[in-house]
Amino acid sequence: MSKKRLTQYVLLAVLLVLVPQFVRSDYALHLMIMVAIYGILVLGLEIILGQTGLFSLGHAAFFGMGSYTSALLVMRLGMPIWLGIVLAVLASGILGFLLGFPTLRLRGDYLAIATLGFGEIFGLILVNWDSLTHGPMGIPGITRPEIFGVVFDKRMYLYLIVLLFILALAAAFRISNSFLGRTFRAIRDDEDAAEFLGIHISKYKILAFIIGGMFAGLAGGFYAHYVTFISPDSFTYEDSETLLAMVFLGGAGTVIGPVVGAVVLVLLPELLSFMVQWRMLVVGVIMVLVMIFRPQGLMGGGMKFLKIKKKEVARIGEKE
Amino acid sequence: MILQQLINGIMLGSVYALIALGYTMVYGVMKFINFAHGDVYMWGAFFAMFLAHFLGGQFLPVLILTMILTGILGVLVERVAYKPLRRAPRLVVTTSALGMSIVLSNLARLLIGSATYPMPKVLAVHDFKLGPSAVINNIQILVLVTAVVLMVLLNWFVNRSRYGKAIRAASEDQETAGLMGVNMDNVVSVTFFVGSSLGGAAGLLVGMYYDAVYSTMGYAAGLKAFTAAILGGIGSIPGAMFGGLLLGIVENFAGAFLSNYRDGIAFLVMILVLLFRPGGLFNAKIYQKRV
Repeated sequence: MSKKRLTQYVLLAVLLVLVPQFVRSDYALHLMIMVAIYGILVLGLEIILGQTGLFSLGHAAFFGMGSYTSALLVMRLGMPIWLGIVLAVLASGILGFLLGFPTLRLRGDYLAIATLGFGEIFGLILVNWDSLTHGPMGIPGITRPEIFGVVFDKRMYLYLIVLLFILALAAAFRISNSFLGRTFRAIRDDEDAAEFLGIHISKYKILAFIIGGMFAGLAGGFYAHYVTFISPDSFTYEDSETLLAMVFLGGAGTVIGPVVGAVVLVLLPELLSFMVQWRMLVVGVIMVLVMIFRPQGLMGGGMKFLKIKKKEVARIGEKE
Repeated sequence: MILQQLINGIMLGSVYALIALGYTMVYGVMKFINFAHGDVYMWGAFFAMFLAHFLGGQFLPVLILTMILTGILGVLVERVAYKPLRRAPRLVVTTSALGMSIVLSNLARLLIGSATYPMPKVLAVHDFKLGPSAVINNIQILVLVTAVVLMVLLNWFVNRSRYGKAIRAASEDQETAGLMGVNMDNVVSVTFFVGSSLGGAAGLLVGMYYDAVYSTMGYAAGLKAFTAAILGGIGSIPGAMFGGLLLGIVENFAGAFLSNYRDGIAFLVMILVLLFRPGGLFNAKIYQKRV
């Protein structure tokens, strides 16, 4: 690590430690925590959709799996929260594995609609498996984590979640810059060519779903223990669509882009308070506008798989 | 009991079929899933509600005006969200369609409201007894007859008319059709108009049958109709009709046993079909060509 890099990191760390100390408003702390949780969550979708090009519309199900697993283990079995969250990450990873399998046979928009169907079925199970999940009433009074007998308040939780977010971001960058990331992108850019080069397509597609699911499970576990109340309403297709919009707004395939998208789409409706009602409308409008004017997203560079080809005979919607 | 479930299934199925035709026609020509179609259908139901309110109990004028308005909405959606993306990869167009679907359903919620609204009475209800335990009312008969008549008209339009020929040519090979002098913009507009107007008719029929119109009704109905479309083989018009009927019947019978998971049945059918028979039950040609 160069000296310049090191100073940058130290400065950033100091900033991250100091800033929450000066924020007095509970509301601002809450927003920062939500941004960090959504940041982790969207990194998972970035790996599935952005890196590997698997159009998943069921990401909220992984998020819900993480939340419910940890909440239920802690509330029903009295497990320590930290263990609950670790198991939540595992459970979401397993869900990713299970979901990854059947979707191997599907591409593009067919995959999108199949994952949407999985997400819906997951939601129906949450609502109808009353004896386990409390059905539509949800689970209230989930405990906040504590350390040495001190219950985490908002500021401490912010430190914790920001730390995790940084770890998740670093992990996502490591994945993206490694053999794994290059393999994912090879599959995304040309599946047939990747297979010719000896890449085991099925293995890596499932791996993408597992890793993406684990990110979402982590976010879900910490979400449940932060908001202390979860219900099936928090994990609907609207949430999956919002996550998708975050990825595309920031730039699919860029790692940092989706995080930017998450920051924008969490903060924007809150900053303009009249827009709270309009949140989903804004999400939809952004999706259409981004696709028309900048399909590679705010941070995206030359993303070939999203670019409109200029010099081709006019074809409607045909695959490249 | 069985007869009653069958009647309800056929009823529901004929409506699914009407919506499914919109998916399948657009898929045939443009080769992407028009996620916004379910919400266009929902707007059709709202148009019908307002028209029925102003025109009173006149079924035919309400039907025709609803179909025209919904058709125009469909064409507008295409102009705004898909036309600029003619040369874009499918992923991009699909995402834009998804965005449009969110926009349409939330516009309805914000402009009209999130309550469930009753449909003004277009007809007085009469029950007819069919055997000891089955009942059919005149609205159900009307729904069925309307759906069948519309499908017959569509069949005539696609197989006999000039534009139908252009649509068939475009779904077979877009580029060649274009080179042969078929105006693609017009074909796409006509496709969206016809598909959406059928969705609008379905909106009116469902609104009459359940006496309920609400801003989120497009989502589940859209997904189920899409299931119907792939069940019959996407891109195939008779397939969509058949798939709709089959799904309606299956859903009604299975739903009688698993009432809590009623909606899940359609999704399960959808996933199974996608996995094991993506070309539909008859393996429609159009899918094989794509892959």
